[in-house]
Amino acid sequence: MIDLFALFLMLLSASTPILFAALGELVTERAGVLNLGVEGMMIVGALAGFAAAHHTGNPFLGFAAAALAGALIALPFAALTQFLLANQVASGLALTLFGLGLAALFGKPMEGVKAPAMSPGPLGLNWIVWLGLLMVPTIWWFLNRSRAGLILRGVGENHDAAHALGYDVRRVRIAAIAFGGAMAGVGGAFISIATVLQWTEGMTAGAGWIALAIVVFSNWTAPGVLAGAWLFGGVTVLQLRLQAAGVRVPVQLLSMAPYLATIIVLVAISARQKYSRRAGGTAPGSLGQDFHALR
Amino acid sequence: MIRLVPRSEAAPLLQIATPVLAVLATMIAGGILFAIMGYDPVAAIRTIFWDPLFGPAAGYSRPQLLVKAAPLILIASGLAVGFRAGIWNIGAEGQYIIGAICGAAVALAAYPAPEMWIFPAMVVAGAAGGWAWGMIPALLRNRFGASEILVSLMLVYVAQRIAAWMAFGPMRNPEGFGMPGSRNLQQYPAAANPELIPGTGAHWGVVAAALAVLATWFLMSRHIRGFHIRAAGLAPRAARFAGVKPETLVAFCLGLSSALAGMAGLFEVAGPAGQITDTVGVGYGFTAIIVAFLGRLHPVGILLAGLLLALTYIGGELAQLTLNLPAATVQVFQGMLLFFLLGFDLLTRFRIARRITA
Amino acid sequence: MTDAAVFRARGIGKSYPGVRANDDVSFAVDPGEIHALLGENGAGKSTLVKMIYGLVRPDDGHMELNGQPHQPTDPRAARAAGVAMVFQHFSLFDALTVAENIALGMENPPPQRALSARIAQVSQDFGLPLNPARRVVTLSAGERQRVEIIRCLLQNPRLLIMDEPTSVLTPQEAELLFATLRKLADGGTAILYISHKLEEIRTHCDRATILRGGRVVDSCDPRAHSARTLAAMMVGGEMRAIDRSGRQAGEVLLQVRALTQAAPTAEGTALKGVTLTLRAGEILGIGGVAGNGQDELLAALSGEIRGASGTILLEGADLSRLGPEARRAAGLLAAPEDRLGHAAVPDFSLADNTLLTAGARKGLVRKGLIDHPAARAFAADIIRAFDVRTPGSGTAAKALSGGNLQKFVIGREVMQAPRVLVVNQPTWGVDAGAASAVRQSLLDLARQGAGVIVISQDLDELLELSDRFCALNEGRLSDPVPTAGLSLDQIGLMLGGAHGMEVAHL
Repeated sequence: MIDLFALFLMLLSASTPILFAALGELVTERAGVLNLGVEGMMIVGALAGFAAAHHTGNPFLGFAAAALAGALIALPFAALTQFLLANQVASGLALTLFGLGLAALFGKPMEGVKAPAMSPGPLGLNWIVWLGLLMVPTIWWFLNRSRAGLILRGVGENHDAAHALGYDVRRVRIAAIAFGGAMAGVGGAFISIATVLQWTEGMTAGAGWIALAIVVFSNWTAPGVLAGAWLFGGVTVLQLRLQAAGVRVPVQLLSMAPYLATIIVLVAISARQKYSRRAGGTAPGSLGQDFHALR
Repeated sequence: MIRLVPRSEAAPLLQIATPVLAVLATMIAGGILFAIMGYDPVAAIRTIFWDPLFGPAAGYSRPQLLVKAAPLILIASGLAVGFRAGIWNIGAEGQYIIGAICGAAVALAAYPAPEMWIFPAMVVAGAAGGWAWGMIPALLRNRFGASEILVSLMLVYVAQRIAAWMAFGPMRNPEGFGMPGSRNLQQYPAAANPELIPGTGAHWGVVAAALAVLATWFLMSRHIRGFHIRAAGLAPRAARFAGVKPETLVAFCLGLSSALAGMAGLFEVAGPAGQITDTVGVGYGFTAIIVAFLGRLHPVGILLAGLLLALTYIGGELAQLTLNLPAATVQVFQGMLLFFLLGFDLLTRFRIARRITA
Repeated sequence: MTDAAVFRARGIGKSYPGVRANDDVSFAVDPGEIHALLGENGAGKSTLVKMIYGLVRPDDGHMELNGQPHQPTDPRAARAAGVAMVFQHFSLFDALTVAENIALGMENPPPQRALSARIAQVSQDFGLPLNPARRVVTLSAGERQRVEIIRCLLQNPRLLIMDEPTSVLTPQEAELLFATLRKLADGGTAILYISHKLEEIRTHCDRATILRGGRVVDSCDPRAHSARTLAAMMVGGEMRAIDRSGRQAGEVLLQVRALTQAAPTAEGTALKGVTLTLRAGEILGIGGVAGNGQDELLAALSGEIRGASGTILLEGADLSRLGPEARRAAGLLAAPEDRLGHAAVPDFSLADNTLLTAGARKGLVRKGLIDHPAARAFAADIIRAFDVRTPGSGTAAKALSGGNLQKFVIGREVMQAPRVLVVNQPTWGVDAGAASAVRQSLLDLARQGAGVIVISQDLDELLELSDRFCALNEGRLSDPVPTAGLSLDQIGLMLGGAHGMEVAHL
């Protein structure tokens, strides 16, 4: 029993980076923007957060800096897609490639540095884990109960209609992109500050892409994102346990598990969305489309 | 006030001008970045873009241009075909790795046989391996509607781990004193992909890249399949009305691009890289995405863009040696280039007009 | 009387690059008046109302609302000033509920529960039943329009703008709408009613302002004029009469037998046992309210969706399992409703657009290789024969006006000499000149012995063209009825779902 509970706590930690990134991307996508730059924003957050935590000695300031850095690095993407009407898929890829490069470039001085210690919160879990769990109902409430969330969903569902009703589609979307960046930044910083406890190049290792898959899995709902993040966290913890237990399978093959699990989950959920028509809440209607109003 | 007016006619001059503008903007922004980091911006830009071709060490670096450009062009030619159709194969890096492994497997199985068929068989195996890896996202998209972007990308991470496993396990060189990594294929004549003309860097991969450019140009401009691909990317319903089956197109585009990526991996592992290691994937699959866009998804553009990005690789290495510039500089450069390119692209689709006032 | 006008425009002008959309437009709308804004497609009606609603800003002139200057910077400002608008293409959010949709159209919506109560109240007052908790995606076109109207009514507008509201309604639903509008007008609301349908304006509107080429050409009491004179004012000259002569029904060309098909998308309609027979030289009209399976029927006939074997036969040969290219080769051609994006690729040149459908029949593609000069020559032939106004075959499809592109698309199919041609909404959103040219070309095609199926939501068009008429309702096709002697009322009942004509006497 104790062991199961301990495993669950490990799962909570392991799922936190993905949870943050996926919740942020959820809000971005509900506003109708597909940002494939999650991986890039996470790695920039991981570096900025780590550097800030190291220099100030305060990990919480590190997370704040990570949020800021994530939002800032998302701005070129916002400018490209919202003002210059660039293709969202290509722009997101550019953001990922740019972010990975930028972090590698500026991360050199941080290599080999240890993260400052963090005082744990309740149940010995990191405070950021609790913050992530709190974000789930908060974002659910924002999307489904608040006026601003209604406008955001409206913009994502049908941007022409939202424009015709007088809503500023661009402003809503830029805000959503920046929020997505901030959340991805925090998720990335959790890896460097709270999990690995140091900075290494490329340390997000595809977590941003997994977050994107989890948004699809969630059917664009906050509770669904939590379920997806836990599923991923579970696979990660299980895989680490098997490695520790010395199972006679090469480490390299075991470490594929999270990626393979993501593919399997993605396939299962896509199949369901494809074959169940009119099942409540599928992808936002304007997701990934350019918006250009002639005035 | 300015505003954007959609263009009704293509502007051919701008199609060429925007990539050039993007390169210039990247140089300027890069220079500013270097200045902030405390390097001499002029020296850095010259080292990256000029010295590899005309600098004191150009004799060594010039052949490298073709070596680096070949995989980029080979992969990008295939990717561009899919991108035109709105089919996003982001996992070329994985297909490249699997192609390298499959091709190398043929050589390692045949070792030390001297027969002539070995190298051609490796090429076929490399292409087939890449193709098979690319058909996974194709099938999953066609059968279940799973996003080919995410699946092909996840498979990159899987492929990297397969490569690591191969290097440490099944493919480890039995005479390698326990070091990870396979036998070096360059030292196995029947399997090696040698420099064909000394001093040029041209190996079989360069030949394949040239053929790929020609073939994709023919496909996209003269063949009805290419026409259907372009139509599907611009107006999917019109393409279906014309008689295109979306599933066929997904399989064709992913199949073509992943076979070419797999082939690129094989040429690399049998030539410049020489062996399967855990770092057999060096990012060509991702850089090729930039090459495809910088080349405006056009075969000739891709040829030029591939050479340019190859230049940044070589220049970056040179700058690392002479100016002590970090290796990641090139990556930042490439990311910036794509950003600027996508931004300037606006000019090809819209005219900028003054707002008419009363 | 004029001093009491709710809305007044003086000398309004608006230019887009290359187009003067509105020029010196002046008119006034009085309280309690249903005021028609009448004009052809492209006459400048939409631009004008967008300016009143704050979506577009005028270049010159000024507007007044209730005697105050009216210069809305955005729709919210316009709404605050008392203007409400029901759009032609609904500005609704499919995935959201009725109540959420209405809340998005209000400045300070009350809490959910109070809002639902008010929706229920208003929908009862005006006889427009609506469930606030339903998701819009599940509503019919008529119900969706109710959402838009109630969204407007909740703001107690002084001026209500209706942009082509009846284009998606059955005649009976349209009657209900006019009853609602009259009730509103009696309460003092001014209504600006945009349409190009002459009959409904003649019966229901108090005054009409007629626009042509962006300018006001006349203002009149529509009840005092015939539809013919109104049309002359709108078009600026007499309409060319359509020549229906010289056709006779020949042998059976196309048979569709019990074609049943699941809905291709979540929003689509399933086809249920569609059966029809088409003879040489005949035009079969298929009417129906939008969203009752028109697109799906066209896709099933064109081959975009393949059917069960034995369901589609052309001159006895079973085409059901074949794709679009093979069906075209056999002689079954089609032209879908949506010109930009379905019938043509917007970014392709006209020459390239011929390759979409004419590759085989015109020899533009041989063994997979494209003959570009032949494609250019064929495009030039179409441009000449159908009087398509364009600089040349190299022009992108999206640069053409709706009417010219439609002439090109229909011309592309007609000039391939099909055995059977299926068209959907052949003159939708097209100016009168192009519309009559398109209709005449379909009649000519039938005269030469081809069979033509015209799917349309424009009943006048169907009555003008077709020899027999069927109604498409929720994916079911009624038995055909000879068009001669068919009244609009009878058609209305058929569209409403009554299949045998005997129901019409109930």
